[in-house]
Amino acid sequence: MNLAGHFSYWITILLAITGLYIVIARGNLIKKLVGLGIFQTSVYLLYIAPGKLIGGTAPIIDGQFTLYSNPLPHVLILTAIVVGVATLALGLALVVRIREAYGSIEEDEILELDKTGVFPDTTTSKPA
Amino acid sequence: MIAQHFPVLQVVLPLIAAPLMILLRRGTLAWLLAVIVSWTGLFISLSLLAQVADGSVISYAIGSWPPPWGIEYRIDRVNALLLMLVSLIAAVVVIYSRASVAAELPAHQHYLFYTLFSLCLAGLLGISATGDAFNLFVFLEISSLSSYVLIALGRDRRALMASYQYLVMGTIGATFYIIGVGLLYLMTGTLNMADMAHRLSGVTEVRPVLAALAFITVGICLKLALFPLHLWLPNAYAYAPSAVTAFLAATATKVSVYVLLRFYYSIYGESAVFSALPMGKILLLLSLAAMFIASAIAIFQADLKRLFAYSSVAQIGYITLGISFDSATGLTAGIVHLFNHALTKGALFMLLGCFVLRLGRVRFSDIGGIARVMPFTSFGIVLGGLSLIGVPGTVGFISKWYLVLAALESGQWWIALAIVLSSLLAVVYVWRFVEAAYFQEPDAGIAQLKEAPLEMLVPAWLMIAACFYFGLDASLTIDGAAQAAATLLQGLQ
Amino acid sequence: MTPALTILLALAVPLIGAVLIAAAHRAPNVRETITLVTAGLLFLLVASLTPLVLAGERPEVTLLEMMPGLSLKFKVEPLGMLFGLIASGLWIVNSLYSIGYMRANDEQHQTRFYVCFAGALASTVGIAFAGNLLTLFMFYEALTLVTYPLVTHAGTGEAKRAGRVYLGVLVGTSMVFFLPAIIWTWQVSGTVEFRPGGVLHGKAGNMALGILLALYVFGIGKAALMPFHRWLPAAMVAPTPVSALLHAVAVVKAGVFSVVKIVVYIFGVNEIAGLKSVDWLPFVSGFTIIAASIVALRSDNLKRRLAYSTVSQLSYVVLAAALLTPLSVIGAALHIATHALGKITLFFAAGAIYTAAHKTEVSQLAGIGRRMPWTMSAFAVGALSLIGVPPAAGFISKWFIMSGAAEGGHFLALAVLIASTLFNAAYFLPIVYMAFFCKPDEESMAHAHGEAPWPMVAALVLTASATIALFFFSDLPLQLARQLVGRL
Repeated sequence: MNLAGHFSYWITILLAITGLYIVIARGNLIKKLVGLGIFQTSVYLLYIAPGKLIGGTAPIIDGQFTLYSNPLPHVLILTAIVVGVATLALGLALVVRIREAYGSIEEDEILELDKTGVFPDTTTSKPA
Repeated sequence: MIAQHFPVLQVVLPLIAAPLMILLRRGTLAWLLAVIVSWTGLFISLSLLAQVADGSVISYAIGSWPPPWGIEYRIDRVNALLLMLVSLIAAVVVIYSRASVAAELPAHQHYLFYTLFSLCLAGLLGISATGDAFNLFVFLEISSLSSYVLIALGRDRRALMASYQYLVMGTIGATFYIIGVGLLYLMTGTLNMADMAHRLSGVTEVRPVLAALAFITVGICLKLALFPLHLWLPNAYAYAPSAVTAFLAATATKVSVYVLLRFYYSIYGESAVFSALPMGKILLLLSLAAMFIASAIAIFQADLKRLFAYSSVAQIGYITLGISFDSATGLTAGIVHLFNHALTKGALFMLLGCFVLRLGRVRFSDIGGIARVMPFTSFGIVLGGLSLIGVPGTVGFISKWYLVLAALESGQWWIALAIVLSSLLAVVYVWRFVEAAYFQEPDAGIAQLKEAPLEMLVPAWLMIAACFYFGLDASLTIDGAAQAAATLLQGLQ
Repeated sequence: MTPALTILLALAVPLIGAVLIAAAHRAPNVRETITLVTAGLLFLLVASLTPLVLAGERPEVTLLEMMPGLSLKFKVEPLGMLFGLIASGLWIVNSLYSIGYMRANDEQHQTRFYVCFAGALASTVGIAFAGNLLTLFMFYEALTLVTYPLVTHAGTGEAKRAGRVYLGVLVGTSMVFFLPAIIWTWQVSGTVEFRPGGVLHGKAGNMALGILLALYVFGIGKAALMPFHRWLPAAMVAPTPVSALLHAVAVVKAGVFSVVKIVVYIFGVNEIAGLKSVDWLPFVSGFTIIAASIVALRSDNLKRRLAYSTVSQLSYVVLAAALLTPLSVIGAALHIATHALGKITLFFAAGAIYTAAHKTEVSQLAGIGRRMPWTMSAFAVGALSLIGVPPAAGFISKWFIMSGAAEGGHFLALAVLIASTLFNAAYFLPIVYMAFFCKPDEESMAHAHGEAPWPMVAALVLTASATIALFFFSDLPLQLARQLVGRL
C-alpha cells in the first residue's frame, strides 16, 4: 500500500476526525462551528485531490496535450464551499441571537439556564 | 409547450418567488405570492404524476446539456408521488399559515417567513425531482438551511438552541452524504444517478463503494431522524412556529426517506444492499427501537408538540420497518405509510397550532377542559390521534394492515406482534390528550377562549378528511405506492 | 325498496338520527321523539329483511373497496338477522327506559348520551350485517369508541379510570390479537369473506388453526372471556340504560356474535370438529362460567353481580359454539336472544331500584318487592330466564346447549352447565325471596317510595313479557338458528 503517495487522503481523514471531535468535545458554540468548518474542509480535499491526474495539465484545451486534470471537482467544491459559507454565516448569526437571549455561548451554561424553567419569549408579540 | 418544462418549473417557481418576496416586503403580499406559487406547484405536480402514471420516465436536461454531462431532472412514478405530496402539504399549510404566522411572529418578519418557506419548498421539490447526486446535495442544503432559520423564528428562546443543534447535526449529515457521493464519483466517474447505476455494476474494487453506502446511509438517516439519530427532532418540532412544524413534520423526513430509497434501489440495486449486506436486519433493529422507545418517551411528555414530535420519530420507524422487509408488500407498506403519516401529522400539528394561537403554548397543564371552548380543534386532534393508533377507517389502519401483512409474509410473526403492541403505546398518549381536554373542568383563563378561526380550521380539517377518505378508499394510495415499489424493485432502466 | 337499499338505510338511519338528535339539543322533547322515531324506523327496516332471510336468501351489498381485494361488504345471514332484530327491537324499549331514567335522575349531557347511543346502534347494525371480517372489525372498533363517552358519562375520576380499563382491554385485545388474526386469515386463505363451511379448510395446519382460534377468541374482548373480562364490571360505572342495552345486549352480544360467526363462517363447524388443537376452548369458557359465577355470588353491589352474571352467561354462548355440534350451535344462537331479553330486564330493574329507592346493594333490598311489585316481578322473570326455568325463554336456549353437550359426549361441559344453573339460582333467587318475603329494615321504613317513573316500569314490563312470550312463540329465532346450522 502506497502510504506516502496517498498523503492527501490521510490529511482528509485527519481533518475530518479533528473537525468532528471539536464539534462533539467543545462546549463553546463558536468552537463547534469551527469544528464543523474543518470537517467540511476535509470533504473539499477528498474531491479535489483525486482530480489532479498524474501528468495531467490544466484543463484548457490545447492541441499539444492529451491528458487533462479533471475540472469538475473544482466546480463541485466551489458549490460546496458556498454551502459551507452559508452554513457558517447562519450558524454565527444564531450564536449572536443565542448570546442576546441567554447571555452566554457555552452549551452547558445554556442547558443550566433552560433547566430553571424560565422561558422568556424571544419576540414581543403576544398570543391572539 | 410550457408543459415540457414542468419538471424544472416545479422547482424554479418557488426559488424565484423567494427573492421577489424580499422585494415585496409586505407580509400579506408575500403570503399571496406564496399561495400562488404553492398552488401552481400543486397543479404542476399533478400533471407530472398523470404523465408518469403509465410507467414512463420524464427526462429533462437542465440548460439543454444532455445527461450524463449535464444535470438531469428525472421524474418517474416514485418521485412524482413525492412531488405531489410535498406540493399538497405546502398548498394546504400556506393557507393555514397566514393566521398562524400573524400570531406567532412579529409583523416585520412575516415576509421573511414566506421567503424562507418558498426556499424550503424549492429545496424539497428539488431533492425529489433531481436525477443528479450532487444536485441533490445542493437542494438538500437549500431546504436544510431554510428550515434552520424557520425553526429559529419560534417565539420561545429554546427555538434558537434547537435550530443550532439541528444545524450542527444536519450539516454533519449532509457532509457525510457528500463524502459518500464523492467516493461514488471517484469509483464511477459520474454524478448522474442513472449513469452511476450502470457503471456501478462494472466496478471491481468494492470497498469504496460499500464505504460510500455507509456514509450515505448515516448521512440520510440523520436527516430522516431514524433512531438513534433523531435527537434534533423533538426540540426542533416543539419550539418552531406551528406552521413550520406542520410543514416540516409532513415533508422533510419523507423526502429523506425517498433519497434513501433512491440510492438503495435505483443506484445500488436491491441485491447489493439487502442480499449482500445485512441492511435489512440493521434497519429492522433500528425501526423496532424507534417504534417502542420513541412511543414510550412520548407518553411521558408534558408538552403536546414534543409528544407528537416523538410520535413522529416512532412513525418514521414504521416507514423504515416496511423498507427493511425487502419485499414488494413491505416496500408498498413503507411508501404508503410515508404518505399517510404526512397527512396525519400535518393535520395534527396544524390543529395544535390552533391551540398555540389561543393559548400561547400547549402544555398538558394549559389545556384542561379545552374541548368545551374549542370543540372542533379538540375533536380534530382526537380524529388525528385515531389515525395514529390505526383505527379502521383511517389511513393509519391501511399502513398497519400492510405492515403486518408484510411481516406475516416474511414469516416473522413476532414483528407483526411488535407492530400492534407499539400501536397500543400510541393509544396511551392519544388518550392522555382526550382525558386532559374532555374530562377536566376549564379554569377561568380557558373558559373565555374562542374557537380557532376558520382559515386555520378548514385546512386542518381538510387533511383530517383526507385521512378518513384515503382510509376508507385506499385504492389510489395503495396503487400509487405499489407501482412506486415495483419501479424501485426493478431498478433503473 | 331493494334489499341492498334496506341494508344501507339500516346503517344510515341511526347515523342521521344521531345528527338530528344533536341538532335538537335545545328541545328535549323533540330530541327524545327523534330517538324513538329513529329506533322504530330501524326496527322496521331490519324486520323487513326477515322474510327474505327465512326464505333462504342472503341479501348483500358492497359499499366500497377499501384496499385491493378487500371491501366493506354487508351480507345478511340468519345469525346476523337474529342479532339485528334483538338489538334494534330492544333499542326502542331501551329508549323509553332511558327517557324515564335520564329525566328522573336529572342527568347531565343528555344530548351526548342519545347521540352516542344512536352511533352505538349504527355500529351494532354494521356488526350484525357484516359480510366479511374487515367490515366486522371496522364496526367493532367503532362500537368501542362510540360507547366510550357513554361509559365515562359521569365525568368523575372513577368514570375516567373505568374508561381507561374499558378502552385498554377492548382496544388492546382487538389490536394485538383480533387484527393480526384477520390479516393472518387473509394471508393464508386469500379472503376474509364469511362463507358457509369456512374459508380455512386445507389452508393451514392444525397447530396454526388452534393458534388462530385463540387469537380470535381472546381478541374479541367484547365476549368477555377470562382473563379479558375486566372491562365489563368496570363499565358498570355508566348510567343503567347504558349498562342495560350496551352491556347486556349490544356490546357483549356483538362480542359473542362475532365469536360464533367466526367459528361458523371462517373456521367451519364440521371442519374443525375433532381437532385436538381447538380442544382448549370449552375448558377456557367453562372456567369463565364457573369463576364468574363465584364472583357474582360474592358481590353485594347489584350491578356488579349482574355484570359478572353477564360474563358467565356470555361464556355459555362461547362454550356452546366451542362444542361444535349442530344442537349446541343452535343453542348458542338462541342464547344470544334469550339472554339479551332476560339481562336487559334485570338491568332495567336495577336502574328502577336506584332511581326510586336510591339503593345499589343487594343487602339493602329487603322488602322492596312490596313497594315496587312490578319491578321485582319483572326481576323475578328475568332471573328465571337466566336460571333456565320455564316458562321463561332462557329455558329453550339452555335446553339446546345441554342437548348439544350430551349429544357430543361432552359430559364435563354438561356438568359445568348444571353447576352454573345452581349458581344462578344461588345468586338470583335470594334477591327475589328477600324482596317479597322479608321485612324491610329500619332505614327503608323511614324513606317511603313507590315505583320508578312510568316509562321505566313500562319498559321493564315489556321486556319481561317478551321473555315469557319468546318461550311460547319461539318459532322465528328457532328457524333462523336452524338455518345457521342447516347450511353447513
